[in-house]
Amino acid sequence: MSCDWARKLDQYVDAELPDSELPDMEAHLRTCPACASGALSRLQAKRLTQAAGRRYSPSPEFRMKVERSLASARLPHWARRWLPALAAAAALLVILSGAAIWLQHARGEQALGELADLHIATLASPNPVDVPSSDRHTVKPWFQGKLPFSFNLPDLETSQFRLIGGRLTYFQQNPGAQLLLESGKHRISVFIFQNRAGISQLNSGSALRNKLAFHSESWTEGGLWYFVVGDAGASDIHGLSELLRSAAGS
Amino acid sequence: MPLLAALHNFAYWLTQDREEAEDLVQETYLKALNGFSSFQPGTNLRAWMYRILRNNFLTSRTGLSAKMTVPLDPEEDAALLPVTADTPESLLFARADRQAVQDALEKLALPFREVILLCDMEEMRYQEIAGTLAIPIGTVMSRLSRARRMMRELLAART
Repeated sequence: MSCDWARKLDQYVDAELPDSELPDMEAHLRTCPACASGALSRLQAKRLTQAAGRRYSPSPEFRMKVERSLASARLPHWARRWLPALAAAAALLVILSGAAIWLQHARGEQALGELADLHIATLASPNPVDVPSSDRHTVKPWFQGKLPFSFNLPDLETSQFRLIGGRLTYFQQNPGAQLLLESGKHRISVFIFQNRAGISQLNSGSALRNKLAFHSESWTEGGLWYFVVGDAGASDIHGLSELLRSAAGS
Repeated sequence: MPLLAALHNFAYWLTQDREEAEDLVQETYLKALNGFSSFQPGTNLRAWMYRILRNNFLTSRTGLSAKMTVPLDPEEDAALLPVTADTPESLLFARADRQAVQDALEKLALPFREVILLCDMEEMRYQEIAGTLAIPIGTVMSRLSRARRMMRELLAART
C-alpha cells in the first residue's frame, strides 16, 4: 500500500478527514483493495479497542460515597453563599445530563455499527440469503412462523430496486427480518425488528456515513423498527425507505 | 451520574488500581464543583472534567512515576507511517479477543494508552483530545498512530 491515501486512513476511520477530501477518499476506496482492506481492519481494531476499553465499573458503594461527598461539599457553600453553590450544582447537573445524552448516543451508534457489520457479513457470505427470490410474494410468506410479526413489502417492478431475497437475523436478542436488495451494483440491507425498548431508542447514525461510506435511514412504523443500510447513494437509500414506508402504511 | 462510570473506567486504566482510581474520581468531582467558576462557558465540559482528572493523576505518586518511566521519543518524527494492509498484522484484531486487547492496552506506556482510549473508547475528536491532554493536534495524530502500531506489535507477539 504505497498510495498517498494510505496515510490518511486513520483520519478517515476516526471521522477526522476534512469534508473536502471525503469524496476523493471514498472514490479511492472503491478502486484500491489495499486501502479498502486497511480501512476495514482499522475499523475492526477501533471497535475491539472500544469494547475492550470498557472494563471497569464503579461499585454502588462508591457511587453513594461520591454523591455523599458532593452533598457535604455543597452544604457549607449553601450556608455561606447559597446562590453561587446553586449555580455550581445546576452546572454539574448540566454536565451529567449532557453526559447521559452523549452516552446514549454512543451506545446507539455502536448498535447501528453492529447492524452495518451484519450487512457486511451477509455480503461476504457464500449464501447471503435463506430465501433467494425476487418475488415479494415468495419472500414475505417465508417469514411466517419464523417471526412474531408480519410486514408489507412494496411492489418494486417499476423501481430501480430488485429484491435478492431474505434471511432470518438476530439483533440484541431479538429476531428480525433482513431483506437484501440491489440497486445497480450496490447491495442494500433492510432490517425489520419489533419496536421494543432499546431498539426504539436508536436513530439513524450519521457517523456511519463518514466511517464506511455507507448511508442509512431508520424509522418506526406500526410497531416495527426499520433500518436501511448500504453503500448506495443517500438518495437511493431514502427512495427505498419511502417505498417501504408507503407499503407499510397501505 | 453517568459520567462517573466513564471517568472511573478511565481513571482505573490510568492507575491500574481500584482504590487509587476511586480517590482520583472523587477528587475530580470535588475540584470540578469547587472550581466551576474556572470553566469557560462554550468550551467542552467533558474534556474539562477529563482534564481535571488527568491533571490530578499526573500529580499523584503513580502518575509521577509513570511520567518518569516513559521514554521521550521524538513522536513527530515517527508520524503517520502507513501500515501495510495485506500483511498478517492487519488480521491481528480480527483474530484477537477482548482479553488480548486489554492485556495489550495495559502494556502500553501511559501517553499511548491514554490517547488510544480517549480516541477509540471515549470517541473524542482530535481537537477534544488535544484540549484534554494539552498537546497540539499534530502530536495527537502521531501519538495515536504510534499507539496503534504498538498495539499491533503487542498482539503479534502473542501469536
